Amino acid sequence: MTLVRVEELDCRYGLLQAVRGVSFEVALGETVALIGANGAGKSTLLRTIAGAHKPHSGRVLFDGTDVTSMPAHRRVSLGIALVPEGRRLFPSLTVEENLRAAAARKGRWNVQSVLEVFPVLQPRRHMAAATLSGGEQQAVAIGRALMCNPRLLLLDEVSLGLAPIVVEAVYRSLAGIISEGTTVLLVEQDLARALKVAGRVICMLEGRIVLEGEAASLDRDRVVEAYFGLKRPA
Amino acid sequence: MRVRRWTRTSKGFTGATIAIAILLATVPLVFDPNVVQKLTNLLILVLLASMWNALAGYGGLLSVGQQAFIGIGAYGTVFFAGFGVSPYPAMVLATLVAGLISIPISFLALRLRAAQFAIGMWVIAEVISIFVRLDQNLGAGTGISLIQLNQYAPNFRQAYTFWLALAFTVIFLAALFVLLRSPLGLSLQAIRDDEDAARSLGVRVASRKRLLFVLAGFGCGAAGVLIGANTLFIETGSIFSVQWSAYMIFMVLVGGLGTFEGPILGAILLFGIQTTFTQGGPWYLVGLGATATLFALALPRGIWGTIEERLGLRLLPVGYRVVEMKREETTA
Amino acid sequence: MTIVNAVVQGIFLGAFYAVLACGLSIMFGVMRIINLAHGDVAVLGAYVVFVIVDSTGMSPFVAFVVALPVMIVLGYVLQLTILERSLKSGILTPLLATFGLSIVIQNLLLIKFSPDVRSLGGNAGAVTTSSWQVTSGLSVSALGLVILVVAVLLFGALQLFLSRTPAGWKMRATAEDADAAELVGINSRDVYARATALAVAIAALGGLFLAIRSVFDPLSGPTQLIFAFEAVVIGGMGSLWGTLLGGLALGVAQTVGAQINPEYSVLTGHLLFLAVLIVRYGGVRVSLRTAR
Repeated sequence: MTLVRVEELDCRYGLLQAVRGVSFEVALGETVALIGANGAGKSTLLRTIAGAHKPHSGRVLFDGTDVTSMPAHRRVSLGIALVPEGRRLFPSLTVEENLRAAAARKGRWNVQSVLEVFPVLQPRRHMAAATLSGGEQQAVAIGRALMCNPRLLLLDEVSLGLAPIVVEAVYRSLAGIISEGTTVLLVEQDLARALKVAGRVICMLEGRIVLEGEAASLDRDRVVEAYFGLKRPA
Repeated sequence: MRVRRWTRTSKGFTGATIAIAILLATVPLVFDPNVVQKLTNLLILVLLASMWNALAGYGGLLSVGQQAFIGIGAYGTVFFAGFGVSPYPAMVLATLVAGLISIPISFLALRLRAAQFAIGMWVIAEVISIFVRLDQNLGAGTGISLIQLNQYAPNFRQAYTFWLALAFTVIFLAALFVLLRSPLGLSLQAIRDDEDAARSLGVRVASRKRLLFVLAGFGCGAAGVLIGANTLFIETGSIFSVQWSAYMIFMVLVGGLGTFEGPILGAILLFGIQTTFTQGGPWYLVGLGATATLFALALPRGIWGTIEERLGLRLLPVGYRVVEMKREETTA
Repeated sequence: MTIVNAVVQGIFLGAFYAVLACGLSIMFGVMRIINLAHGDVAVLGAYVVFVIVDSTGMSPFVAFVVALPVMIVLGYVLQLTILERSLKSGILTPLLATFGLSIVIQNLLLIKFSPDVRSLGGNAGAVTTSSWQVTSGLSVSALGLVILVVAVLLFGALQLFLSRTPAGWKMRATAEDADAAELVGINSRDVYARATALAVAIAALGGLFLAIRSVFDPLSGPTQLIFAFEAVVIGGMGSLWGTLLGGLALGVAQTVGAQINPEYSVLTGHLLFLAVLIVRYGGVRVSLRTAR
């Protein structure tokens, strides 16, 4: 069953077109990875689905409902949550306050269960978010989104600026979340990791989808070609 | 593509402006002193509006304290006249003093951001007002008049004041005009649009803003001098009142923030409203305030700015126009 | 002894300024807006209380409780009509729009109530007149003490609100990053409206104190705004407890100045304000921090 569908989405920043005529679906329980070079439009797409960006044209449908003009905070109450690029924590709020500031929705996620998934945060519970390390901040950012008990979890570049060993830890926690059945749509720069964690992969280039398929069955070279747009006519 | 500064319209209009200035010089010879006094007020408003616009429209500096310089100008005149300086030269001196005082003030004021600058200037005006009020020689709390002007017969006094007002207005408007047309002017535009980007291109933001601030200091000082000369009696409560800022804000917001012609239009409008609603009192002020707020929210470019935008019209050539060259011209 | 008395009186005066400044500080902390009509809103609050007292004869303190819902609604209206729109435009827009509003409020009050100076000190009962003579040179007024206690309780309550309640966390979150807040389900429009309503209500409390301890007239607003702003700046913009301390500092500066020469009181406050600005060179901390 389709949880989220995007139809002919066109997103702009002034005159700059970031997303051109993109359409795809994500089924309930799926994990889909959006890959592509910088500037391909992946973050914009994610932000548009979350409601942080208004599309120029096209529709976003969540569980059958047209949410295209719905403000972000209302989409959260429907079950969409975005972990934004760069974490965007509330710097002077403590870890616990960051988690609790999020709008709580009924579900298995609360402060206790979030801290269980990210045990590294336990001792830092009452510390200001700005004092945490990159990996710890990423954990808080994901935890904050989880507090909304989302049906669709959107993750934007969670590995950005983190040491590989930290990224490993973050993804291990994510695996646990994914295994519980949350639908996940994530943007990931690291190709190998994206192919490992996702069931399906969508590759974008200059605002358009250039490749889509099962992660397991996709030929690595094909992906690389699509990523860099190597096989385009001159 | 060619970059042109003058268009036919702007050439014509600039010529017309010069003609108007010459025509205005004949006003005292034609009209009686009452009318001359009113028109002097109009010129004062034009001067005030243009100076406030120089600060806010071209410098992004929203000052709620220009009355500081207005007061310095007015009281400065009284001060110098008290020392035996002839009234009209005293007025010029007072204007110079107002402008000079703005220089040290600028070193504090220009470091402040938006709200702090606005209210900071207001507090500075209050401080100056208090110091003046404490000075017994300047009439203390009860006010003082420029009695030295009584040596002139009313007709002559009104005429001289008008001519001085016309001279000041022309000088300051011309100074602003030249400033805006110079490379300085372009950098000011850049600062207004994006200060950080301009700074990174090497534009010396601070000195540019200081220039505008000091110009406005001189200009508002000149206006204060004229107000004192035109009304003969001044007291700290009204000459240093924030009401002047209210008028300036109204004129520039409604006329057109950031345009050269806008403030002049705004001044004419305010003048018209003031002459029509002399008994208005609080109701007319309610109207002014409400209009200012409305324009700030809904028509931020003001009347002239909106006209300029819609019609691509520029009457006085302070900007640049990129002109498409005709086919024949490109084969040169 | 007189200096000690001056300082004590200054603290009482400063507590009043702190209450006046509190709402201004909230609006700046949450929305980065300086409401130039803040003083006039406080005076408006004083007039609302005055009308209630005048027509029912109840104590101003009780009348304030009745006036409170009116002012809260006014706060919501202010946010939804003017402030919300001005947030979307440039930096200068909120200043310009609220300046115009200030003129409107002052003159509407002038039309309705005439320029007569009024006071509610006479209606407030014993609290206005009682005082204790601590020593020969030092007296403590009941009203001053009440205002001081209320100020401390007010700031304390706000601190609790911001650090212990979900609504408070949401407000701080929105203040720090409104976009990220939206993404985790916080309705920033609601938060802003709540902040303004809170600010207006507290401003009205300031107006009540103004009316009781002193006199007011339709044009008193700008003076209160300047004092409120000075208190906020002296204490450090964006710091809640700083505003309380700034208010106290301003009060003390004014009373100590008055000791030197009665005409210097307001001037010393201004000079302190300018001195703080010079020292800080306009650099400010810009987050709604809770003092820990």
